[in-house]
Amino acid sequence: MTPQVADALAAGQPMAVVTPYTVQPALMDALQVVLLILVAAGATVVALTRVPVRQTVALSAYGLLLAVLFLAFQAPDVTLSELVVGAVALPILLLLALTRVRRREK
Amino acid sequence: MTPALRRGMFLVGIAGFLAFYLWGLTRLPGFGRYPGPYGFVVNRIAVGQTNATGVVSAVNFEYRGFDTVGEEFILFAAATGVATVLRRLRDEQEGGRSRAAFGESPSGTTDAIRLASLVFVGPVALFGWFLASHAQTSPSGGFQGGVVLATAFVLIYLAGQFLAFRRVSPADLIDSVGAVGAAGFAAIGLTAVVLGFAYLYNFLPLGTVPGAVSSSGTIALISFFVGIEVAAAFILIVGELVEQTLLVRAEGGDK
Repeated sequence: MTPQVADALAAGQPMAVVTPYTVQPALMDALQVVLLILVAAGATVVALTRVPVRQTVALSAYGLLLAVLFLAFQAPDVTLSELVVGAVALPILLLLALTRVRRREK
Repeated sequence: MTPALRRGMFLVGIAGFLAFYLWGLTRLPGFGRYPGPYGFVVNRIAVGQTNATGVVSAVNFEYRGFDTVGEEFILFAAATGVATVLRRLRDEQEGGRSRAAFGESPSGTTDAIRLASLVFVGPVALFGWFLASHAQTSPSGGFQGGVVLATAFVLIYLAGQFLAFRRVSPADLIDSVGAVGAAGFAAIGLTAVVLGFAYLYNFLPLGTVPGAVSSSGTIALISFFVGIEVAAAFILIVGELVEQTLLVRAEGGDK
């Protein structure tokens, strides 16, 4: 334990650094609930889509939804990672792989 | 194995999984309640210790820097694997065949897509560069920045031809950049050892202003190296896959 932490504990300060919302907490709750439902719906759509190319596009949209969800839960770093990997990088690789497989089949 | 037996085994398995899963759920902390002291401690001390206001980057490149080296080399190994397998495959298939297809643009590209891609190349490259170079100040980092930077090159491919993509990112150059990025991270850690500190110890001056771009010592430097390594690895993987696709197209003779 570092001196700063020991001092903070001794002074009885709360350890958590809480960033308060700039909007009504109830509004934030509503936004989070809506996003959770959207993410669940999005995942279902991805799972139920049977055509691989369409599924890849759905997966990209789902990655975007998930990124927005992470943002609403105050995790901007994870948002960026999800955005670049889930919504961009993974769909690109999947599309390229699908193209390759399809060319071979012809 | 009969279908009935298989179904029975599945049902037993799923029932067991469900029981354990539900049991696990009952012991989870309440929604929004974080019981781990580590996060609180890091939140409180990270800015003071490293002068980096991007605390996630401080954790990634400082407190658990050694783990991040491992992750970095996972990606490096993956890119190397892709290059090794696909290049070998290509050399075997290619023979003396014409490479005319490489001048083609991606099939089905309209002028609208080309223009939109072209317009986005600059801003996307700038954004990627910003992300990779501002890990110490704001939520970002070399990983995210690197992928965004690589996306700019994919846009060049979309906007034009594969030849243009290769001209701005020659395979040899990309390989070298990736190697420099991966080696740079490891070298920073070793430099600390040579100077008599622990591996990856933050031996550079931390700067005086927390959150300044020049602050945080090795954190900013490591993020930069990670950025170029990730960008190179991703460009390499996409480039190899595109080349594969075009090769097969050329063989098939269809457009």
